[in-house]
Amino acid sequence: MILSEYLPILLFLAVSTVIGAALLGLGALLGPRRGGAEKLSPYECGFEAFEDARMKFDVRYYLVAILFIIFDLEIAFLFPWALVFDDIGAPALAAMAVFLGILVIGFVYEWKKGALEWE
Amino acid sequence: MVEVVKGAIDAIFAGLPMVAVVVWTLVKIIAITVPLIVAVAFYTLAERKVIGWMQVRRGPVYIGPLALLQPFADTFKMLFKELILPTNASRFLYFLAPVLSLAPAFAAWAVVPFGEGMALADVNAGLLYLLAMTSMGVYGVILAGWASNSKYAFLGAMRSAAQVVSYEIALGFALVGVLAMSGTLNLGAIVDAQKGDAGLLEWFWLPLLPLFLIYFISGVAETNRAPFDVAEGESEIVAGFHVEYGGAAFAVFFLAEYANMILISFLTTIMFMGGWLSPFPASWGLLGEPGPWWLFGKAAFFMFCFLWFRATFPRYRYDQIMRLGWKVFIPITIVWILVAALIVHADLVQVGA
Repeated sequence: MILSEYLPILLFLAVSTVIGAALLGLGALLGPRRGGAEKLSPYECGFEAFEDARMKFDVRYYLVAILFIIFDLEIAFLFPWALVFDDIGAPALAAMAVFLGILVIGFVYEWKKGALEWE
Repeated sequence: MVEVVKGAIDAIFAGLPMVAVVVWTLVKIIAITVPLIVAVAFYTLAERKVIGWMQVRRGPVYIGPLALLQPFADTFKMLFKELILPTNASRFLYFLAPVLSLAPAFAAWAVVPFGEGMALADVNAGLLYLLAMTSMGVYGVILAGWASNSKYAFLGAMRSAAQVVSYEIALGFALVGVLAMSGTLNLGAIVDAQKGDAGLLEWFWLPLLPLFLIYFISGVAETNRAPFDVAEGESEIVAGFHVEYGGAAFAVFFLAEYANMILISFLTTIMFMGGWLSPFPASWGLLGEPGPWWLFGKAAFFMFCFLWFRATFPRYRYDQIMRLGWKVFIPITIVWILVAALIVHADLVQVGA
């Protein structure tokens, strides 16, 4: 019964994928096909692409991604807590305060270390 | 009246086999997606008109009466343009990316309630599903930038992705505050939790004011809209991750972005602005009646805000965007989650009275 409630969601995902694919297909069908080396070369302000695009990039993006995973996991932990803490009462509040406290310590540490700085 | 018709239709289909259920669901899905696509079309026209007026110009005027045919002209123009596959691009990923950004932007609408019990899928974990769907959008961005195999696209994708994931945390924390208040993941029940005699003073925007503001601003950043659109910045630099896309592929990205903007407007309304509830006390008679028109009206206001922001604010610098997300929004949301929990624990706010 519970699972059948999710059938419309599955169908909706399928329909929206089909819409996207259909639009692309329509574009491929209706649009012209006149290629050419110049036109198909990667955009670089009119210059010839002189280096591979798969280049080194700033390590800070990587750092942001790692921090994102930590905080996103925290959100995942907070979701069930937010649903039931009112039934459990004060102990739930205290437990989550401790959990958030530990996370805030880490957050302060990374802040002081300069992990959140850009330039 | 609507309930009677709905009940009758449900009763007819209750006795039918699986195929009929699937077909009926598909009809409902079409009934959501087609208006959504039309809304996106006219939203783009509204954007150009509104920004035009704000800048004391007229905006589009030529195609059709009141330029009402402009969106269709744009659509057909884009469909008839060449679909380009740049050299060195990974063909499969390159064409997968737009679909991957469109699918979650549309599929998220499956759980959005348009009125009392008027959701396609009235699931108990609606909010969790929404969080998952809005997080999926970043895959389209990063895939597009990577698969294009172009420097500008790649750099734009890295920037957009870092920005989107940063603001997603603030977005998620704001939702936890709503959860703590309402005690449910079901979107319809969240709206019901905002019911009360005092009209708009009962909605969650009041006890959760910082979260409400952060949610909507993060929503603007999440959709890569002005003033947080550094990665695209069409008036300064080339478009970001979708710089190599043209024609129909670009149209799909465009559709996804605007569908996401409309979605954020609806979600802000449902989460903080009482959804389909009337802003007036129930004792005011007809004005106090809840109904879908309130939801659409409030959502239209937030959609207008997207355009208003774009016409008003100068673009943020990238380091300012990241600082705002990490050093302002995340600390505030963490503190306010605890505040919200304390408010609920001390029964300071009457939920669903």
